[in-house]
Formats: sequence, C-alpha cells, structure tokens
Amino acid sequence: MDKTTSLSQAIGTHLHNGDTVALEGFGHLVPVAAAHEIIRQKFTGLTLARMSCDVIVDQLLGADCLQGLISSFVANSSAGSLYELRRRVEHSDPEPLWFDEYSHGGMVARYQAGASKLPFQPIASYRGSDLAIKNPRIKSVTDPFGGPPIHVVPALNPDLTIVHAQRADREGNVQAWGMLGIQTEAAFAGRRLIVTVEEIVDESIIRSDPNRTIIPAHIVDAVVAVPRGAHPHSVQGYYDRDDEFSRDWSTLARDAEAVRDWLQTNIHDTADHAEFLALLGDDHFDRLSIKDAFSTPVNYGGRG
Amino acid sequence: MNIGTDITSSELLTIHSARALAGRRVVFAGHGLPTLAIALAQHTVAPEIEIVYESGVTGARPPDLPRSISDSVLVPGAASVMPMTHLFNYVLQGQRVDVGFLGAAQVDRYGSLNSTLIGDDWEHPESRLPGSGGAIEAMAGAAEVFLVMRRHTPRTFVETLDFVTSPSPRQAAQAEVGSMPAGAGVTHVITDLGIMTRSARDEELTLTAVHPGIDPAEVVRQTGWDLKVAADLESTRPPTPEELSLLRETLDPSRVYLR
Repeated sequence: MDKTTSLSQAIGTHLHNGDTVALEGFGHLVPVAAAHEIIRQKFTGLTLARMSCDVIVDQLLGADCLQGLISSFVANSSAGSLYELRRRVEHSDPEPLWFDEYSHGGMVARYQAGASKLPFQPIASYRGSDLAIKNPRIKSVTDPFGGPPIHVVPALNPDLTIVHAQRADREGNVQAWGMLGIQTEAAFAGRRLIVTVEEIVDESIIRSDPNRTIIPAHIVDAVVAVPRGAHPHSVQGYYDRDDEFSRDWSTLARDAEAVRDWLQTNIHDTADHAEFLALLGDDHFDRLSIKDAFSTPVNYGGRG
Repeated sequence: MNIGTDITSSELLTIHSARALAGRRVVFAGHGLPTLAIALAQHTVAPEIEIVYESGVTGARPPDLPRSISDSVLVPGAASVMPMTHLFNYVLQGQRVDVGFLGAAQVDRYGSLNSTLIGDDWEHPESRLPGSGGAIEAMAGAAEVFLVMRRHTPRTFVETLDFVTSPSPRQAAQAEVGSMPAGAGVTHVITDLGIMTRSARDEELTLTAVHPGIDPAEVVRQTGWDLKVAADLESTRPPTPEELSLLRETLDPSRVYLR
C-alpha cells in the first residue's frame, strides 16, 4: 500500500489535541519539519516525549502546543540553554509545565517496555538518585527470583510517534544510518507512526540492503518526503548540523516576545517546510554541505 | 611558546584529564571537556582508548573534532554505531565501560554529582540545568568515574548537593531499594586548582596534587567541606609543549572546548 502523503495531511490526520507525541532523534535525524507543522496547525494540550531536548522543544512551548514534557536532557545540546523551557519550569511563565523526568537509560527502558507491550521495565541505575525519590513514576518491585528489590519505569506508549530518516519506499520501509538514537523503539511503542524522510526511493533500493531498514512498513501509518526536514540537525550523508542556528536560538529565546515573533514569521506565515527553508536563503545549505564517505557494498547472496 | 604563564585553565584541565586516562581502555565520554581530554589521551598516553558515546558510537576516529557527543562527524571511520538500547542496556548497564568521564554542576565529598538543578525545589528550581542525560547510567555502570570541573569553588564543591542526580556508591548504599552500582564511583576529580582522588566506597575525596603555584590552603578554602589533604601532596607536572601544541594546533584550533 502506498502510504505517501503530505506533511500537513499526515499531522492533521494522526495527531489530536491532548495527545502524547514522541519526536525522537538524538542530535541527528530529528523530525524538525514535523514539529513545525504541529505548531502551524496550532495543536494544544500535547505532551511531548523527547529524550534529548533542542530548539523544537522551545518552539513547541513558545507556540503553546505543550502542557507536558517527558524527557531526560533539557538543554539545547551543546548550544546553551532552552529559555522558553526554563521560563516554564523555573517560573511557571506563562503557565506550569508538567515535567516527567528520567535519565536517558530510563527513557530507553520506557520505550522498550512500550514497544514490547510490557507494563514496565527494570532498571539498575536509580538507587540513591533523587530522581527516583522525586518522580513518583519511578517505582521498585520485588524480584520474584529472589534478588533484591529493583527499580522499574512504566511503559511509554505515545499516541503518535514521528521520526525522520534518510529514505523509505512508498510503502514505508524506512532506512537510516549514522546515529540511530531510540527511533526504532519509539516507532514500535507508538500507537500511530509518521515517518518523514529526505527522499522516497524505489522499493528495489530498500530491498537491496535489508539490514539497513530500521522500521518495517507494517507499523507505519504515513510516509512523507521532507527534504532537509531535520535542519538545524544533521542527516548523515545529506547535510551537516547548523550550530550557528542552534546557538542563535539560545540567544533569541532569552526574550519571550522574540520567540513569538520568530514563530509568526517562520512558521505561521509560511505554508510549509519548503517556504520555511526559503526564508533561510538559497545558499544557506552550502555551508552545511558534507564530504562523501561511501561504505563498501556487502554481498547479500545466498542460495537461488 | 612560553608555557607556564599563558596556559588557560581549560587547557590545564584537559591536559591533566588526558594524563589520568593512561592505561584505560573503554571510556565513556560525557558532554564538554571529556571529549577533548580523551582525544588528547589518544594522541599521548593512551592510544588504545576506545571512546564510547551515549549516541551509540564506539571506537570513533573522527576526521574533525566533534562539536558534541551527537555530532555526525563521529560516525565515519567509527568501529560501530549502536542503537541507544544497546549502548544503555548492554554497554553501560552491562558494565563494559572502564571509565565514565563526566562533568557536573556540583560534587560532594564522596563523589555524588548534581547536574539537574540549583535551588531546593525540583518542581520550581532557581536554575534548571540539563539533567542526567546518561550520567546516572555512567555512574552506576562504569568501573570508575572521572570528573572534570572547570571552576573549583565552594558553590561547586559542596557539603550537600541541591539535587543528587548521580549518586556515589556510598549514597546508593544508604538508599533502601534498587541495584547497587557496579563500580567505585568517582575516583579522580580534575579542577583548575588541582586533583582529588578516592578509591574505597566510604573514602572521601582527598587532595593529592595541586597545580604549580596553587596553595593547598586555597583549595581547602574553595571547597565547601573540610577537604582532606594528602600527607604526600604533590605538585602537578606542568603541561609540556607537545601537549599544548597538540591541543592548540591539531585537536581544537578553533577552541570549541578550550573557551
């Protein structure tokens, strides 16, 4: 079945106000264009699940899309603070944010449990951490096999998961390489799944290298071609990270009014991601170009 | 090059962090200076180090200095790129890491770390910091943890942490439930004033070396608890021209980390 569609159609169909939505990608392959479309369509009351925060978290907060955040790292990677997030957490400005905090290991465990349709997952690292005291969802259970009590974290099953990848076929077999983050687990944990990709390719390309497929088509609801859909993050083999953009955001977002203005000009006043990119300028991606480094092809040959 | 007078604090920290890695094999690199320190160690005292990043990259040999632990420049030439499930479950929780190299906002005398907040209220902190990331798992799973602190002050070396993000084994032992950490916790702390070490679970951090020109009494004054000073306190060996030139000209010429 051909699942290709437009980004506005995919988000409009599969996301609902009040949903928990996972946007995953660890400094690479981040579904930024999808986050912008969520802002454009003015969704509200969402809870965002995202291990490692970045500019899109500040943007979704500034656009008043979120009432909650499930995360394990709340800075703008190496580029500084996320000030919209800090205003919400430190001063409840303009309103409180429900914050469900874990470590990366805890988030990995939550997605794994969710993907496996298990109620919870044990984790070995929380003994003595204040996180286990402050977060009521980090609990402990008796080991039925005789070991000491062990911490557990609850399954995370987002209503919708969105991930970005290098390529997919029209049916939704998704291939990615480079840093893969928690995308496969988040995809299987989600009740619905949208995948944005740099390019849609012929099925024969996917099937020539099946080990490269990180998400099989049978769990995918929509596939959308969104070139440069992860900017300002990198996509291995396509474009480099835009550190200047991320750093500039941490400066701009000190001023809540500047965030509102940025969102108006760059998101609400643009029809789609292509128009957003056009505002960056034609030559913006020249300095984000990458040097090719091809792998040696492997031999998948077998009997017959 | 007139070494000794024009060395910046971040250069000093990086060089001593790198030297501490001699003989280590599998090292988990946290955000910031650890990445640069490990790169320097690979060029000097520990060419066999295999760097492990929480982004899943192991054995990185990047063609350019990574600007963060999730920089895709880490990927070409790496030994492997694992999904985060493998990295967190099998490598960290699976106790395959020799040294977790971390930074933090605060440390206490037994090596518990705070990277979560400043203030006394988790729900409404005075200052919200990045949080754990993988620090909790690195502390729990690595055989030992090295800590690099850019500024040694009574606000960063504290009697009581504002928030215990990554607990020392001693602190973990005092908790009622959960698995005990696999390793020794923090064994080395490298700061702009000197080096502190500890080894046993109930042992405090002890000042074992000061940088040239630093008065040990000043280090004690800049520490928020009654810091123990080793009887055989040493002076750290100054950076060599080779180390400085590697850092300045080869590894971080645009001073991404050497700010």
